[in-house]
Order: sequence, then C-alpha cells, then structure tokens
Amino acid sequence: MNLLFIIFAPFFGALLPLLVKRASRPVKTGVTLLVPVLCLIVLFQYAPATLAGDVPKQMVEWLPSIGLDFAVRLDGLSLLFVGLILGIGVLIITYAHYYLSREDDEARFYACLLLFMSSMLGIVMADNILLMWVFWELTSISSFLLIGYWFHSSDARRGARMALATTGAGGLALLAGLLIIGSIAGSYQLDDIFAAAEQIKAHAYYVPALILVLLGAFTKSAQFPFQFWLPHAMAAPTPVSAYLHSATMVKAGIFLLARFHPVLAETELWFTLVTLTGLITMLVGAYFALLKHDLKGLLAFSTVSHLGLICMLLGIGTQGAVIAALFHIINHACFKAGLFMTAGIIDHESGTRDMRKLQGLMSLMPITATLAMIVAASMAGIPPFNGFMSKELFLDQALQQHLFGGLSWFIPILATVGAMLSVAYSIRFIHDVFFNGEYKELPKKPHDPPRMMSAPVVVLALLCIAIGLAPMTMVSGILDQAAAAVTAAPVEVKLSLWHGFNIPLLMSAVAVIGGILIYLARDQLFTFNRQFDGQDAKHNFEHIIQKVSDAAANFYERLDTGSLQRYIAFVLISVIVVLLPSLSDLSVVTGGKPQLPVDMVSMVGALVLIGAAFATATLHRNRFVMLSMLSVVGLVVSLAFAHFSAPDLAMTQLVVEVVSIILMILELFFMPQKTSRASSGHRVFRDIIIASFIGGIVATLNFAILTSPFESISDFFLANAKSGGGGTNVVNVILVDFRGFDTLGEITVLAIAAAGIHKLLNKLKPFMPSSDIDGRPWHRIKHPLMLTTVANIILPIAMIVAAYIFLRGHNLPGGGFIAGLIVASAMILQYIANGVDWVKERFNVNYQSLMSFGVMTAALTGIGSWVFNKPFLTSWFTYLEWPLVGKFEFATALLFDLGVFLTVVGATMMILSNFGKMTTRHRPTHEGH
Amino acid sequence: METLYSVTVGVLTACSVFLILRGRSFPVVVGITMLSYAVNLFLFSTGRLTIDGAPIYGTQETYADPLPQALVLTAIVIGFAMTAYSIILAVRARGEIGTDEVNQQDNSTEGNR
Repeated sequence: MNLLFIIFAPFFGALLPLLVKRASRPVKTGVTLLVPVLCLIVLFQYAPATLAGDVPKQMVEWLPSIGLDFAVRLDGLSLLFVGLILGIGVLIITYAHYYLSREDDEARFYACLLLFMSSMLGIVMADNILLMWVFWELTSISSFLLIGYWFHSSDARRGARMALATTGAGGLALLAGLLIIGSIAGSYQLDDIFAAAEQIKAHAYYVPALILVLLGAFTKSAQFPFQFWLPHAMAAPTPVSAYLHSATMVKAGIFLLARFHPVLAETELWFTLVTLTGLITMLVGAYFALLKHDLKGLLAFSTVSHLGLICMLLGIGTQGAVIAALFHIINHACFKAGLFMTAGIIDHESGTRDMRKLQGLMSLMPITATLAMIVAASMAGIPPFNGFMSKELFLDQALQQHLFGGLSWFIPILATVGAMLSVAYSIRFIHDVFFNGEYKELPKKPHDPPRMMSAPVVVLALLCIAIGLAPMTMVSGILDQAAAAVTAAPVEVKLSLWHGFNIPLLMSAVAVIGGILIYLARDQLFTFNRQFDGQDAKHNFEHIIQKVSDAAANFYERLDTGSLQRYIAFVLISVIVVLLPSLSDLSVVTGGKPQLPVDMVSMVGALVLIGAAFATATLHRNRFVMLSMLSVVGLVVSLAFAHFSAPDLAMTQLVVEVVSIILMILELFFMPQKTSRASSGHRVFRDIIIASFIGGIVATLNFAILTSPFESISDFFLANAKSGGGGTNVVNVILVDFRGFDTLGEITVLAIAAAGIHKLLNKLKPFMPSSDIDGRPWHRIKHPLMLTTVANIILPIAMIVAAYIFLRGHNLPGGGFIAGLIVASAMILQYIANGVDWVKERFNVNYQSLMSFGVMTAALTGIGSWVFNKPFLTSWFTYLEWPLVGKFEFATALLFDLGVFLTVVGATMMILSNFGKMTTRHRPTHEGH
Repeated sequence: METLYSVTVGVLTACSVFLILRGRSFPVVVGITMLSYAVNLFLFSTGRLTIDGAPIYGTQETYADPLPQALVLTAIVIGFAMTAYSIILAVRARGEIGTDEVNQQDNSTEGNR
C-alpha cells in the first residue's frame, strides 16, 4: 500500500457516489464510507512507524522544473490531522445519511465531501509546500461547493461566495509567502526548508514572508479581522458545518501555523502578531457567540473563539504551549463536531434553531440532551471531560508567558475572561434549549432521532470522556510526535486530569462561576448589544462588496455604452495617444534609401486611388455608389501590386475583389439602400480628426519604413527556392513549401470562417425588399438570356484558365489560391445567371465536403512526410518524363496546393451559394423603416 | 515614388477609419474591407518598392522581396473571409434586431447616430 493512496482514494472516490447515482441512499452512503475506511486501514499500516519517530515519505515527480513534486510525508503532525480528518469524516458521512432530506441530491453531497476530504488530506500530508498550496486552494473550491450545496437559497450562495472570496484571497497571499520562503531556502521540500530555518529568519524578506503566510492562515482559520466569513458559512448543511468547523477547513490555517512553526516562529514579530491575533479573536468570538440566538451561529462564533485560543498558544510557541495547542485541536474537533451534530438533530427534529423559540426539550429528547450536555461540558472546560484539560494547560501557559514585559499580567486575566464567556455560551446552549421552562409549540413535535443518527454523537461524547479520563493512553503517543514535528525537538508529553490545587485550577473555578453569572445577566448583555445592531459582519462585508461592485458597474457603464462607434473611437484615440509622442520624438523619418522616380502610371494610379477612396468615404450614404467606388479602389490596389513586381498578389487581389464585391451587392439587397440619417455635425468633425490622425500616422510610418535601407531574410528563399523547393516562383514556393505550415493554418481559418457563416445563415430571416429603392418592383425576368449565354461560354474557359494557372503556379504567377478563386467566380456567375436551382440540378456538389476534403488533403500531404521519417510538410519533387508533353515536374507541394485550391473553392462557394439562396428562399417583406 | 505610395496608403487608411466610425453596419463593413486593402499595401511595402523585379527565376536581374508578398497573399484571402463574415453578421443582425445601427438602441441617449 501507498501513502499516496490516502490522498488519491477520496479524490477519485468522489466519482463513486456519482457512479451509483441511481442506487438507493444506503448504497451511496456505503460506497462513500468505504473510501475513508480504506484510507484509515492504510493509515494504520503507517502509523506505528510515525509513532516510533520515523517519518514515512513518498515522492512522485510532477513538475520538477518549477520544484513542484508530488511529495507526501506522514510525520506526527500529519498523522494527527489525517486521523482527525478521516475519523470525523466517517462520522460525518454516517450522520449526513440521516440528516439529508429526501429531496437532497446526496450523490453530489458525498462527491463534494470526498473531494474536500482529499484536499484537506493533501494539505496536511504534503511534503512540498507548492503542493500544499495546490491542495489549499482545492479546499477553498470544494468548501465553496459544500457551503453552497443548497444553491437555491441565496444565503447559501452568499455565504459560499464570501468564504471563497476571503479564503481564496488569503490563499493568494499564502502563495506569495511560500514562494518567498522557497526562494530563500532554495527548495520547496519541507525538510530543506526546516534546515534553512535560521537563514529564513535572518533574511530581509522574512517579514513580508511571515505576514503573507499569516494572512493565508488567518483568513482560513477565521482569525480577527477575517472572522466574518465563518458564521455565514453556516448556511451550509449541518454535516458540512460540523466537518468544516471541527476537523477541517478552519483547522487548515492552524495546521499551517503549526507546520511553519519551526521555520517562522520564535521571533518577536511572530509572538506579537500571532498571540495578539489569537487573543483578540478568542474574546471577540466568545462575546458574539453569547449573543447569537441561532444555535449554529453560537457554535460558529465559539469555533472562532476556540481557534483564537489555539492560535494564541501557537503564538506563545513554547513546548508546553504547542502541546496544549495540539491537544486542544483534538479536543475541539471532538466536542465541536458533536455539538454541531446535536444542533443539526434539534433543527432536524423541531424545525427551528432559534434559541428564543426552543425550550424544555429535555423531556422530549432525553438522549440528545444527555449527549449535548457531555459535549457542551467539554467545550466549557468542566472536569472530567477532555476540554477541561486543554483549557487548564492553556491557562497555565497564559500564566507562564512573559511576552509583553511588565504588561504580561493582562494575558492570564483576558484568558480567564475568554474561558468565562466559553462557560456562559455553553450553558446557554444547554439551558435555553433543553430546560428554561416547559416545551412550547414548535413547527414539528420533536423526539429523539433514529439511533444511528445520534451514533456519531455518542462516539464523540465517549471520546470526550475517554480522553478526559485516560489522556495518556488515548493521545500522548500521537501528541509526542506531533509536538516534536512542530517544535523540531523530541517531546515527551505528560497529561493528567488532576494537577493538584494550583492557580490554573483557581482560574478555572473563577471562569465557571463568572460564566454562570454572565449567563444569568445575559438579558442586560442583549440590551447592551442591541445598540450595535446593523453592525453585522455580513452587512459590512456586503456593503463593501456592494460599493466595489457599484463602482465597477458605474465605470463599466460609462465605458460600455453599447455604442460600437464609441468603442472604436476609444481604441483609435488610444492608438493616437500612444503613438504620437514617440513619433514626434523622431527627428527624421526619412531613412537613407534613395527614392524611386515617380512615373506617369504610378501618378495616375495614385490619384485614381485617392479619388476613389475619398469618394467611398464621402458618398457613403448612397450605398450602391459607395460599393462601385470601393471596387475601383480594389482594382487599383491590384494594379499597384502588379506594378510593384508582385504578379501573384495582383491576381489574387483581382479575383478576391470580384468575389467580395458580389458578396457586398448581395448584402446590399438585404440592407437599406441608403443611409437615412446622417451623424451630427460635431461627430463627423471628430471622426474626420481621428481619421486624419490615424491616416497621418500610418503614412508617416510607411514612409519611414520605405525610405530606410534593410536587410531581408528573403535571400534564403531566393537562393533555395529552386534547389530546395523545386519551383521558380519564389512566392508560391514560400507558400506551399517553406512556410507551408502557415498556409495550412490559413486555409483552416478560411474553412472555419465559412463554417461559421454557414451556421450564422441557419434559420436567418433577412429583410427582403419587394422592390428597389424607388419603389419599382423587381423585373419579372430573373435570368436574362444574354447573361445566361455568356456565363455558359465563360465557365469552360474559366475552368481551363484555372487549371493552367494552378499547374504553372509553382514556376510562374498562379497557384492554388488564385485558381480556386477563379473557379469560384465562374461558378458564382452561373448562380447569378441561372439561379440556384438550375445550378443544383446540373452540379450537385456538397461544398462543405469539398472544403473539408481540401483541408484534409493539405494536412495529409504534410503528414505524408512522416512516412519517410521527415518533419511535417517536408516536400519532395522529381522530374518525370511524360510522353508527348515532355519533361514534367512533380512535387508533393502540388498536392498541398491542390488542398489549398479545393479549400478555397469549397469555402468561397459555401459562403456565396448559401447566402445567395437567401434571396429565393423567403418571401419578400417590406422594409422595416 | 515612396512619398506618393505612403501618402496613398495614409489616405486610404483615413477614409476607411472614417467609414468604420459610421453608425450603420454597411459603411462599417465597407470600411473594414478598405482598411484591409490599406493594411495589405502597408505590409507589402515592408519589402520596399521594386519595379520590374517579380521574384520569378530567370526573368529579372534583381528580385523584389518575396516574403512580404507571400504573407500578403494569405492576408488577402483571410481578409476576404473576414469581410464575408462581417457581411453575414450585419445581415443577421438586421434580421434579428430589425435595424442596421451598430449602437445598442435602448441606451443611445446621446444621439449616437
């Protein structure tokens, strides 16, 4: 068996209850219980080694490059916590079996619970602090799911969110702290860190590291001032509260303090921060616990208080204090889990948890009452229960410390006050619910629960008694090892119920008497506190969250007005603001490269281009005119490519231009023909300013680039196109060979766009004009004879041209892109001239398949080179002798180009034919405006 | 020549930006298309301007830079895909919302036309 099993069993075991979702509840509970029970069996195999002083370890490499390994250990501290987590876990699952109502989805509950269990086990067993942090965050997430289990209730959702926000933020602080510690120690393994303890304490970053780690611990353990989230986590089902508050979650913070005790403690700062935080938390928690009318609220704040007590002991940090802290962790887990379960039983049986409504239940639920009294007495620190002993130890430590010099005396006094309040709320829990007069009418007539539901409480109550009576047999072995792990020195624990008459006993007696007095005077306390109503933590937290989210919403609303114009203007203005200063810093934009002389053709071309561009912009309200002007722009751009030695570009641009203008005319059919309302004057003015600036910046940059001399990497392509790629058209060789992978990506994008368009057109109901812009109906002859005849003649010619262009592509301008677009335009002409149905009758090709086939061809050509043990897309070419034709080059790049060709044809046709179909599929409607 | 070229690209950019800032989808789509022309010209010119230098073996003494040409060739096709996509989006938006305005209607209080 393996240590890792203990962590992974519940992690993967979380699937078990989901797998048997349809089975009955006992089956689900059974398989869930199986997991921690198996883990306990494994644990028992390792425990003797740990109790003998060894530390069993196990490691699996995970991400060694960042120092994150899956390393686990089982030292005394881990063993103590693993035992608590698994042991209490078993009880909680048993209890939940009876607690959850018929409507609750118990499979989900068990799954989350096991997941949470696994994360907790991961924290306490991790030997690598980064691994510990991973599990730390997992507890935040899984506890979020548990607290929000009843997600239909807004309280549950809010409580879960609050817990997640607080502990999650603390987790991030913790990560930062752990990274600092790790970098000082040079390793994230615990043993290395323990070895580097002195170095860490002496380091300049010790203070930030300590504060960050404490932030993590205090948020998790709900220490002041982060105590607010814990009471709101009460919205969780009671088994969850019982688990979170006794053995897990909040104990994780305490565990962290204990774990890093050898590394971070015994400095002035640690004493002050941890002890004072613990003290304040203990008092604040105890005070609020007394005021709560809700049973679970009382218990929640008492948890806060007891965690403060443990925290304070760890802050004092002497051997005795550490023993007391660890002992109290066990005791608190026992009595608090029991108390929560009791509260759950009362709630379950009577339908309320409000102590103002509950009273006199003793006669109706005698067993529950007895159990409650035992665990509550333990919480109050009454002998002979276990809580008494750890409280005595605590009071003793409070007396012995000398942390605050001459002011040290106030600590034992405040400690006694804390113990007093603890007694008072314990009495309140018992007296208000079970006594305090006769039974009053309640939503349900309560009675003792089924025996198995109270069984977990019985176990816990027995533990309280057993530990109280025989502490040495019960816990001293584990405490020895756990305290040794925390103090990094061998420890021998001596515990006994009776210490003789001494000051701690006197303090205990004072606490009990004072507690009773406080309880009797509770009404005055309630009245006193009423003036602070509305100062509720939830309110404050919600208020802050509300304010932050309001501010964000406000900001967002100003930014996000739903106006595309505004967004674009915002982006463009930012571009101007960012670019202008650096551009104005340039003293010269002219590089050293001499300019080419301006020839007549270029001059005319540029003037036409500029004129057409202006016309497109200014005449935009008449959309058809704008489109015509745009086509002029596109045409001249393709001429410009031709002029500047880019024949491939010129051809591509020309065909793309044809196809996109057709597409836009189709669009115009569904759109208003004119832009009815113009923008307001000042907006037009603003846009002109923005446009001029952007245009100016682009022109300047372009000028600067054009006039500076440069070294191109293209010499490689020019030199190797023929010898390496077997083609003389360097542009095409780059596309299908050197940079074939880019092209493959690009045709994939094209295919995705086409598929996206196909989807967008699905169930589209476009506006269908019934007449043209001047109100004339469409001509009755849909397919003019002249066009039909010409189109039919052009089609075969276009096919031959495309084939020619495609085949010569490797050596002369052309290739798959251009050939594909030529075929596509010829086909579109058929659609325009003869209509969709006509084409479909004669040429029924599924363009989607064509397109996919194209992408597949290109990809498979690339994969093909693997067969020859070459990298992806390595090309191969040879010269074949073909009778009659002569010598003939065959390159695998041609196959690739065929893929490009098919994709382009398929995608273009898919877009246009699908869109074109819209014009005939629907009945005309009248324009919206 | 370089001056003329860069001024042309600048004008083309400015006109497309102006169109993209309009309040209706159609001019915006046209603006995007025209902007892609300008961008293509710009990218193309990073290889500097060469006349009579098509990068095809055996035709010339010196060749123009083939790399930007190859990049722009794919950019043209991708640009077409984007234009097509925005066109269909515009039509779909008009079909669904019933207007071709690019601004959200319910809170356009400041005359965003």
